[in-house]
Amino acid sequence: MNCAAMMLAVIIGVGLPFPLAAMPPLEFTDPALQQRYQSLLAELRCLVCQNQSLLDSNADLADDLRIEVHRLLHQGESDDAILEFMTTRYGDFVLYRPPLGANTWLLWATPFLMLAVALGVLWYIVQRHRRRPLDDGGSVSG
Amino acid sequence: MGGETPPTARPRRGSRLYYGLPLVALLLLFVLLLAGLRLDPKLVPSPLIGQPVPTFDLSRLTATDARLTNADLGGGAVLFNVWASWCVSCRIEHPLLQELAATGQATIYGLNYKDERAAALQWLTVHGNPYTASGWDRDGRIGIELGVYGVPETYVVADGIIRYKHVGPLDTAVWETKIKPLLRAGATL
Repeated sequence: MNCAAMMLAVIIGVGLPFPLAAMPPLEFTDPALQQRYQSLLAELRCLVCQNQSLLDSNADLADDLRIEVHRLLHQGESDDAILEFMTTRYGDFVLYRPPLGANTWLLWATPFLMLAVALGVLWYIVQRHRRRPLDDGGSVSG
Repeated sequence: MGGETPPTARPRRGSRLYYGLPLVALLLLFVLLLAGLRLDPKLVPSPLIGQPVPTFDLSRLTATDARLTNADLGGGAVLFNVWASWCVSCRIEHPLLQELAATGQATIYGLNYKDERAAALQWLTVHGNPYTASGWDRDGRIGIELGVYGVPETYVVADGIIRYKHVGPLDTAVWETKIKPLLRAGATL
């Protein structure tokens, strides 16, 4: 709801030329930290605007979580530790690339399963046509 | 579902499979899509179910010098309700919380999330205060510890362990089917 209102405001241009201006920009002591900050935020899903990453979202909670990531980075936490910080609170859902696990293996395996099914169907069709004479009625469609 | 004989214009071996398979696949797809309709994509399962309430130590909303800590939620089964004066849908569930507290059906603690103290106190004066105590989470830090992503949220806490989380306004259906049984079970532990 908030996201939709924000988008609408941006689209019709109601006084929000820089949506991110709501939060003062965070300072970084080291450009390398800023680099890691950017890539971490791109990996994390905003829980309010669920189709936006923390990098893109204007939601209030996204502000708070950005501040949190910034704070953890300056405490010297590793990328993995920061992602774990998020998943212990919000679950694998916050990750755009969920880890391979008992409840996600099907998600990861589906593309390969689909490929296998497609190859199976292809093989079946080829076999059928091979068994039939080539000049069988002249039509292969239908 | 099954049992329909496929039209057999050219009765051949395997033609039953040839016509039946897409039908079965379609029906499976229907079942999958129907199941999908019943799921709420906005609902994020909480990893904190079965975990202890995160450690916190907050100033109480009503008395700045008194504290509300995770230890306060430790005795028996209680509700921990995340609310704010700016939260419109909190008003929807508020009469139910009032009733539960007034009739002694539930002990409710509050987490006043990212709010101004004056506005929150004013809100309680206007709408009533069902909370045994509310902690003042001004910057939302404890909200992050709890994995709060939409206010209101309600946690069932039994002996310091989070048993259930409801996101969105509480209603009588959720109370009767999900929360009440958990509170009863938690109280007898």
